[in-house]
Amino acid sequence: MTIEAVQRTSPLRGLGSLGKYTLLIVAAFLTLAPVVWTLITAMSPQNIDTGAIEFGGGAFADVFARIPVWLYTWNSALVTLLIVVGQMLSAAMAGYVFARFEFRSKKILFMLILATMMVPMQVTIVPVFMLVRGMGLADTLLALIVPALPTAFGTFLMRQYFLSLPPELAEAAEIDGAGPWRVFFGVYLPLAAPGLAIVGILAFNYHWNEFFRPLIMTISEQNFTLPLGLVTLQGNLGTGSVATVLAGVVISMIPALLVFIFGQKPLREGLTAGAGK
Amino acid sequence: MSTTTLSTRATVVPKGAKPAPEKKRGNRLLIWVFLAPTVIGLGIFTFIPIIGSIVLAFFRWDIITAPEFVGVDNFVQLAANPTVRVSFLNTIGFVIVAVTLQLAVALGLAVLVQSKMPNWLRTFFRSALFFPLILSAASVSLVMAYLFNQEFGLVNQVLGWFGVAKIGWLTTGFGAKVVVLLVYVWQNFGFTFLLFIGGVAAIPKEVYEASSIDGATGWRQFRQITIPLISPTMLVASVMAIIGALQIFDQPYVLTRGGPGDETRTAVMVIYESAFQQLEFGLASAIGIVLTILIMLVTAVQFQLSKRFVFYG
Repeated sequence: MTIEAVQRTSPLRGLGSLGKYTLLIVAAFLTLAPVVWTLITAMSPQNIDTGAIEFGGGAFADVFARIPVWLYTWNSALVTLLIVVGQMLSAAMAGYVFARFEFRSKKILFMLILATMMVPMQVTIVPVFMLVRGMGLADTLLALIVPALPTAFGTFLMRQYFLSLPPELAEAAEIDGAGPWRVFFGVYLPLAAPGLAIVGILAFNYHWNEFFRPLIMTISEQNFTLPLGLVTLQGNLGTGSVATVLAGVVISMIPALLVFIFGQKPLREGLTAGAGK
Repeated sequence: MSTTTLSTRATVVPKGAKPAPEKKRGNRLLIWVFLAPTVIGLGIFTFIPIIGSIVLAFFRWDIITAPEFVGVDNFVQLAANPTVRVSFLNTIGFVIVAVTLQLAVALGLAVLVQSKMPNWLRTFFRSALFFPLILSAASVSLVMAYLFNQEFGLVNQVLGWFGVAKIGWLTTGFGAKVVVLLVYVWQNFGFTFLLFIGGVAAIPKEVYEASSIDGATGWRQFRQITIPLISPTMLVASVMAIIGALQIFDQPYVLTRGGPGDETRTAVMVIYESAFQQLEFGLASAIGIVLTILIMLVTAVQFQLSKRFVFYG
């Protein structure tokens, strides 16, 4: 009965398979075509003297000639990785405490942490900018890293994750003589790897692509991250070529693409798990 | 100390029962050490700034000279300033259209993807549809600026095959608005789509089976089963989509710098410009506060409405 039943009860059966696939193919084409076009254009720069199109890596070489790609990539990588590690660790620790321990100010603290998710970053950016300046971190990469280390959303996510793990594990470990720190680092943290992966992937995706904070926090070009550096390439619009800018876009896409390939499943499962409840 | 705790454990607490006092002390230390990074971090970089923003909104300050108390002057100024007014109207209009589009497209595609099809095909469509989500909004906007270029952009070229005259996508007010909207929705509907996939997948198959025995099919099932059963997801998705859209910045900044005129200027762009270009930090804070209040109001209204429309099965 199963296959037939599912077929019969498919919510949009009336539309028919043909219509369904047509719509999906059109939608997939619309999401992928600009990316494919970017790749092709980046690989086929136009020679300024002859006007001929030269298929190859010319535009990529041009990007490296115009902006310090390695420096921007290094800046982006450093900022992103430190934030990813910091968020995974701080969220895991705080989430664990909220999931497993009772203490007096727990409820109010947790609510306050959740409340910070409601406030848009743009509202606090001016005082954060001043704080960072006051700390002597103005126009350094630390100005991007330090304020992004704590994460309310990550804490919430990790709390949910630790709540789903059996508390009996702690009791068993304690009977074996493990102290509270060992119980966390030896038992629960390794088990929380899938939850940590989601926090890490989300943090990577957000901060690797981040534009608004770097735009405000960094002034000298030596501290630019990749998205910021790429937009300065656009300034060459009159003199440079489309291919050069798009080659820059492709370069910045590569790490995100790798994370997409390897992190797709945990990300999708993590995002969809909490949605229905 | 150690002797007392040892004896307590030995006499009062049998094994496997409540934790010994010694252990409690260990936990107390762990609790506060583990909470410290998050609590101190959010305190310094979110709570203090919120208070700072509220205070700053009543001052005129350019960072260089001493701040001057101006009362509600900043709020009066933002209400009277045509650029601020237009930017808020743009933002609100943008949110309404973008979120409606985002929810409709995402829901439709999620239902289609979750319907019967080979697994590899489902995986392909799912991946392709949420792919734009991983790209940086700045990069995407750079790409789209070329695609929508009036002279050599691919969009006008393709339209040209059908005899459509070249459209000034980024140079006319209406065109620029449409492009910013399309680029934003193109990149962001994937997130809503992922949420809906989870929602649709959670609907028990038996409900559809029972209703098809009663003769309900296709559109009717969609309207009477799918929609009510995913309404909790719909609430989460719409709250998140609205909060996200209210904060739009990257796309109009890279695509149009707010132009032509103020046609694509958004609330966040005005915060950025008043603070970091015109050095009016007080005014920028005031605009930020109005934006936050707007977000909170909309969210509160949504949760109120949801009491009537959201069905928790």
